[in-house]
Amino acid sequence: MTVTKSPRYYPAEDIKPAKNTYRVKQNPPRIRKSITPGTVLILLAGRFRGKRVVCLKALESGLILVSGPYKINGVPLRRVNQAYVIATSTNVDVSKVDVSSFTDAYFARSKDSSTEGENEFFMGDAPKPAVVNDQRKADQKKVDDALLKSVASAPMMEAYLAAQFTLTTHDKPHTMQF
Amino acid sequence: MVFKRHVEVGRIVLINYGPEKGSLATIIDIVDQNKCLIDGPAELTGVSRQVISYSRIALTDLTVKIQVNARQKTLVAAWKTADTQAKWDASSWAKKLQSKKTRLSLSDFDRFKVMIAKKQKSEIINAKMIELGA
Repeated sequence: MTVTKSPRYYPAEDIKPAKNTYRVKQNPPRIRKSITPGTVLILLAGRFRGKRVVCLKALESGLILVSGPYKINGVPLRRVNQAYVIATSTNVDVSKVDVSSFTDAYFARSKDSSTEGENEFFMGDAPKPAVVNDQRKADQKKVDDALLKSVASAPMMEAYLAAQFTLTTHDKPHTMQF
Repeated sequence: MVFKRHVEVGRIVLINYGPEKGSLATIIDIVDQNKCLIDGPAELTGVSRQVISYSRIALTDLTVKIQVNARQKTLVAAWKTADTQAKWDASSWAKKLQSKKTRLSLSDFDRFKVMIAKKQKSEIINAKMIELGA
């Protein structure tokens, strides 16, 4: 006895068998082992290049949430790409810092509701003054208050974070330990 | 000019090439004008008995009293009686090598601390020089 029944009729036209399609599950981006919350990172690209900052957490998108802290070196709460940082072996205690409210959505740009009029179009991109909203300022303060405390408890850490990273003569980055 | 370090049996040398770079060894025999036979002793320095070119070793001030082609055992004994390792570690040459090694292993934060310490040092020196009227 056959297990599968043979079809009762054959279709007039050839039907291609459905392709075995399956969705690849997207894994969350892997963060380098050397980057953990509290690690001091050296930024290598962007307008804050050369700054030493503190890693706060890895976001869902694979970007890393960092803070200068702002008061020490002017780097605000910010997302950075892990490819453009050097992870050092130095750590700052961030267990007291609450970063649960920061997600990728928090940093999303607000859509500009005002449509560009003809006048503005011909004016070109006149630089608009950057306005940091008060919510951001408050969040920055809340995070940095906790962070500054642990930075102050480690000797020389504040001066270290304030100093820029540079290479000088005879510095070979590929042989240096960070 | 008088040479004080000779290629001779019992001379302690520093290897400056190859996988054993930075280790000490003892000349136990001379092969010819270009090569000699060395032995660590392996037990103490990790360098096994081998022929090595003079260009790959540097002569140190230290010697041990041994016969030509001394056995490993007598070589170890000679090192211990002469206190060679301690003497080498106390030399400024060894100290410089050690500090170079330490500097290479420093982290970014450590390098920053060294930079600050250096600044403080020169500040003290400069203040003193001004005080002395130099």
